[in-house]
Amino acid sequence: MFKKVFALVLACIMVVAALASCGGTTTAKKGLTEKDLLVADPLAKFEVKDDFKIGVICLHDENSTYDNNFIKAIKEVKTLLGLKDEQVLIKVNIAESDQCAQTARDLVEQGCKIVFADSFGHESFLLTVAKEHPEVQFCHATGTNAHLEKLDNFHNAFAAIYEGRYLAGIAAGLKLNEMIKNGKIKAEEAVIGYVGAFTYAEVISGLSSFFLGARSVCPSATMKVRFTGSWYDQSGEQEAAEALIQEKCVLISQHADSLGAPTTCEKNNVPNVSYNGSTYDAGENTFIISSAINWAPYFHYIIKQVTDGQPIATDWTGTIATGSVVLSQLNLDVAAEGTEKAIADAVAKFKAGTLHVFDTETFTVGGKKLDAAHKPGEGTDAAFADGTVIVADGYFHESEYRSAPYFDVTIDGITFLNVQF
Amino acid sequence: MPNKTEALKKGPKPERDPLVSITRRTDIPLWLGILIRAGAILIALVLCGFATKLVTGNDPISVYIKMFEGAFGTANKTWFTFHELAILLGISLAVTPAFRMKFWNIGAEGQVLIGGLAAAVCMVAFSGSSISDGLLIVIMLISSIFAGVIWGVLPAACKAIWKTNETLFTLLMNYIAMYLIDFFIEKADPSGSHTVDSNTLVRGWLPEIAGQKYLLDILLVALLTVIMFVYLNYSKHGYEISVVGESENTARYVGINVKKVIIRTMAVSGAICGIIGFLVVSGVSHSIDKNFVKGRGFTAIMVSWLAKFNPFMMVAAAFLLVFLERGSDAITTAFDMNASFSDILTGIILFFIIGCEFFINYKLRFRSKAKKEAE
Repeated sequence: MFKKVFALVLACIMVVAALASCGGTTTAKKGLTEKDLLVADPLAKFEVKDDFKIGVICLHDENSTYDNNFIKAIKEVKTLLGLKDEQVLIKVNIAESDQCAQTARDLVEQGCKIVFADSFGHESFLLTVAKEHPEVQFCHATGTNAHLEKLDNFHNAFAAIYEGRYLAGIAAGLKLNEMIKNGKIKAEEAVIGYVGAFTYAEVISGLSSFFLGARSVCPSATMKVRFTGSWYDQSGEQEAAEALIQEKCVLISQHADSLGAPTTCEKNNVPNVSYNGSTYDAGENTFIISSAINWAPYFHYIIKQVTDGQPIATDWTGTIATGSVVLSQLNLDVAAEGTEKAIADAVAKFKAGTLHVFDTETFTVGGKKLDAAHKPGEGTDAAFADGTVIVADGYFHESEYRSAPYFDVTIDGITFLNVQF
Repeated sequence: MPNKTEALKKGPKPERDPLVSITRRTDIPLWLGILIRAGAILIALVLCGFATKLVTGNDPISVYIKMFEGAFGTANKTWFTFHELAILLGISLAVTPAFRMKFWNIGAEGQVLIGGLAAAVCMVAFSGSSISDGLLIVIMLISSIFAGVIWGVLPAACKAIWKTNETLFTLLMNYIAMYLIDFFIEKADPSGSHTVDSNTLVRGWLPEIAGQKYLLDILLVALLTVIMFVYLNYSKHGYEISVVGESENTARYVGINVKKVIIRTMAVSGAICGIIGFLVVSGVSHSIDKNFVKGRGFTAIMVSWLAKFNPFMMVAAAFLLVFLERGSDAITTAFDMNASFSDILTGIILFFIIGCEFFINYKLRFRSKAKKEAE
């Protein structure tokens, strides 16, 4: 008897639950824009020899947004050029240790003509192997030593991602403007929160360009930054985002690889501008847009150069024009009206070369404008100590004298809440 | 519900032999033990082949070939595999005396880390000094041993004197070692990489033997294996360790100073771990990062137990684990799989290997057979 009653009750619950899930939301969502806001032009196909092989060394696997970005890119190029499985060897979870050197040697032994590594700490180990094998090309993302070592077979690459950050910043600034207009916040309360990994130039350059993008449309915007001291720390990033929201930040962005900040924003209903790819799935009601580096053009470029027997640039900086800087789809439910157009206008200016992110007219450091006397700070390499002028023609020349970013000053309007990292 | 009432009427069920009865056995012949283990590995490999076929569509034979190539495909790979084997074996040897004593030391990871750190600190500190390379290496070795001993003795002394829990203590010491390395990296190389590499650690490299940087480590661990075998089986210390492991009260009764044995044994464990850390940093990698032990401090526990604390059996157990790791890693790359797939394969094989120990330690008697025996 009991069983029958139980079954009946269970059946009732299931029917009710099924009906409830159908009833749900009433307001229609607009969702994402149909296309990504900024995409790379399609890459050209060319013939690659059958004996060509490329090895790709990744710090983590595809569960890290950072490494996944590289894996996705090499696979895209692999498909485009019709490379076989054995021509593209991807090694994941390779630590920034002797393991990297060992893996690189192994890839060379397997016949790779190019060995690529994706993490900053891989550089010295890759460099060691590059010296052992002058016949193989070694390419390293985010590194800083190629222009110092001057080897024919060791190269650095990065992208002008600060331009992408700037564009994402515009979307953030317009959102702040919308909040001010709706009376949700006062103009002086337009405070952005930013979760950064480390206080390296790469992060500083990114957060500064993001802030300048936002302030270009919302003049009253200021920014508070918390660092986590890790590239991937879900709970640390959550806590940092949580703390920033407590500090009355009304919009959050981040430069760290976990979904910590986006999920915290969704929980607290605070708009979020993301990085490294769309996090719409983690925040349907708060995600605005994301900027990212597209590495496919670089992989395409190095394979082409090796196929043609041409040298690879010592330092290669991808730009909007090369398709290396991309933006995701825009979330129309969160983004302010006119965002799409404002971004398209700025892209046109970048392409025309009339817009510079670090235009010295737009920011001050300690109340002063940067001028030709400015020297890069600690953490940038020795080559800059010889008097390379990095501020000229009215703007800071980021990623021109080497591919890795070196903009590392704290501009007025940005407050670091913790700097121990 | 007629069945139930009928059953109730009949009263309690008559006593019956269980379908399978399990009895412990201690007298298994060596050949049978080996046969059972070989069978387990065979079944595991077949299952791995199925799993790969199912997921990738590649034929199982090609998978095994790739696996073998991953470990022994080239001379460089073979050297590397044997070196990995040496390091894992070395750490396994280090943890064994403590486990024989039933001292649950899970801090080998930290003891190796701190040994490596001590070596690296010396490499940085003496990088500009005029002392000879030979002397520097001796200083590094002594520092590494000393650091390892501290990391081993601290939990042992607290256990011996205040009866603290050695498992928690040794575990936490791992983290301290890890963060000390983090601190060192930040000081020695402020560029923001997570490693101090050969650009900074320029001196104090162990010499290469016959042009092979891996060879010296391998030979030293081979020597260590023999020494540990003798130490455990033919020395007074080894005997004391066994007695303390069997029963502390017995040990006390026969006049063994239990506290002293605990502390001394952990000092030995720590010292060997320190040496291994030194070998990795100074012998091969010439760099240090906080993950350079790669969890082998824990894997070593499994090696030690699988081999029943016998140093020569440990060579086989460590070889198996290293081969699996290298092989499944190669499969992952060759067939463009997620890295987790190699973990799945390793998991399948370990399941069978650990599982087969059950059939070695216990005898299964089935009901029909039992009846026959009764007749």
